[in-house]
Amino acid sequence: MRNISYLDAIKEAMREEMLRDPNVFLLGEDIGRHGGAFGVTRGLFDQFGPERVIDTPIAEGTIVSCAIGAAISGMRPVVEIMFIDFSTLAMDQIANQAAKMRHMLGGQVTIPMVVRFPEGSGYKGTAAQHSQCLEAWYAHIPGLKVVLPSNPYNAKGLFKAAVRDNNPVIFIEQKSLYGLKGPVPEEDYIVPIGKSQVAREGSDVTIVTYSYMTKVALEMAEKLVKENISVEIIDLLSVKPLDIDPVINSVKKTGRLVIAHEACKTCGIGAEISALVNELAFEYLDAPIQRVAALDVPIPFNYPEERAAIVNEAEIIEAVKRIL
Amino acid sequence: MKYSENDLLRFYSEMLRIRRFEEEAIVLWDANMIKGSIHPYLGQEAIAVGVCRELQKEDYIVSTHRGHGHSLAKGADSGKMFAELLGKATGCCRGRGGSMHIADAGTRNLGANGLVAGGLGIGTGAALTSKLKKLGYVVAAFFGEGATGQGMFHESVNMAAIWKLPIVFICENNRYSVSTDCSYSVPVKDVAQRAEAYGIPGITIDGNDILAVHEAAKEYIDRARKGEGPALIECKTYRWEGHYHGEPQVYRTKAEVEEWKLKCPILRFENYLKDNKADSSKLAKIKEDVQEEMKSAVRFAKESPDPVPETVMDFLYAD
Repeated sequence: MRNISYLDAIKEAMREEMLRDPNVFLLGEDIGRHGGAFGVTRGLFDQFGPERVIDTPIAEGTIVSCAIGAAISGMRPVVEIMFIDFSTLAMDQIANQAAKMRHMLGGQVTIPMVVRFPEGSGYKGTAAQHSQCLEAWYAHIPGLKVVLPSNPYNAKGLFKAAVRDNNPVIFIEQKSLYGLKGPVPEEDYIVPIGKSQVAREGSDVTIVTYSYMTKVALEMAEKLVKENISVEIIDLLSVKPLDIDPVINSVKKTGRLVIAHEACKTCGIGAEISALVNELAFEYLDAPIQRVAALDVPIPFNYPEERAAIVNEAEIIEAVKRIL
Repeated sequence: MKYSENDLLRFYSEMLRIRRFEEEAIVLWDANMIKGSIHPYLGQEAIAVGVCRELQKEDYIVSTHRGHGHSLAKGADSGKMFAELLGKATGCCRGRGGSMHIADAGTRNLGANGLVAGGLGIGTGAALTSKLKKLGYVVAAFFGEGATGQGMFHESVNMAAIWKLPIVFICENNRYSVSTDCSYSVPVKDVAQRAEAYGIPGITIDGNDILAVHEAAKEYIDRARKGEGPALIECKTYRWEGHYHGEPQVYRTKAEVEEWKLKCPILRFENYLKDNKADSSKLAKIKEDVQEEMKSAVRFAKESPDPVPETVMDFLYAD
């Protein structure tokens, strides 16, 4: 199988879905000739033209709102918002309109729409308004699905699943993963939304994580092998709906749980996982659940300060060792 | 513009349907049968009717929190609408939306919206589909003058203008956004002046004159349908009720309200019809029919069952 990057995997999924279904189109700022702020749509404008790859004015709220109207009237829009930080400008449209309309109108409409944007502090110096991780905000809203791919394979498969889903799907990419290469099949495949995966099998400690931190956790697990510590890693892939069963099964096996995410700790996805494990597998726990997460602080511009705010790789190892 | 007698009587009958619907809704609210709030459309009937007359079945509308009139004018069933107001399983949204979220996909009404200007971007998106797929339909987007303070208004009109989308923006300037007078919140004399900033036509008309509304709507809906892009029609009007029924209205005098009631769009049109020798027995018959329709619609709603609570999670996600 060939290796391609996370970015190219998403682009390939977009291209294939656009070829498969004429109702799929892209909408966003500078996604046409410019190819998007990170180049994810580069080349698609030349292939599909300005009616399938539509540049918009800078207006995140109305871009999403417009996609909602297009979705209700028969299209399958894929919105790019340049950074997850800018999606706060579209919060009414995502939280009040897209997420609620189907339920609120008694099933009269469907909103097959993907809103994709990158998050994370991977590019040094992007500071407080271009580095956040807001998946917990979206996971809190009934009516949305929220996915965060961690490698090229699941990025392509999840993207295809998101485009084919009949609900609004928040597709959260990670800037530092764009260059990550990995095996991706050339044939059509789906990675289902709402299924977590065992990313590495192990027996001593379970690490539950997703997105960029899956990559970090896999690297840390290799280091721990040298110390005879066997780590099992569950990659959530979707945080809404959340597939807790593989987590519970793993905790039953290891009795120890570390949850790692790049987002701030307070009210993060880790809090939800911790609560669910307490509810469903409390008697299997041999040690207190550990959370590894960013400090509750805006991401600073200064590099050493940025490092202090975000998760330090060594913290995962420390957390594992703390409960062994 | 030449109208047949039938056209004119239909205007009358459709305005009267909205009037009677709202009067019945107020009775139901006062009897504590409607929970939450209702935002009656009384006094503004000519706008919904004048615009929707020009719309075809496949055309969409987006509406506002004051949305009963738009729903009726676009063709929603009054019984299902009352049922929705009462939260019944037979309501157009199965009792999930209530007055403020009333919508009827079958008549291409994408719904009232609890967020001011919330429908404008959605309407713009529906118009984008029409253009991309060359479907030929248009969208009428209703909103109040208060919505023009929202970023969504600017963004939507801007996007519709740059893409020349088939959408007509209908501003119902009823003077107040809750308690705030538009002379305070809008810095220009007419909202329609704002159209110039987007390079689209803008027109201000008397929103209590059904024929003026219809003629303007026809001109700009035709234009949009031909692919010439959006327009902004400002209809000057006045809401008779408070922001919601039961609102204290400390910001205006009773005399002001009474003065506007004399400019009632229905009374005015009835006088026009009489001046033009309309058959008064036909007008009486229309009144009777509308009365009968609303009576049986209310009966249907009252007799309808509540949704089963166990279905609360239904329709959260589509398969």
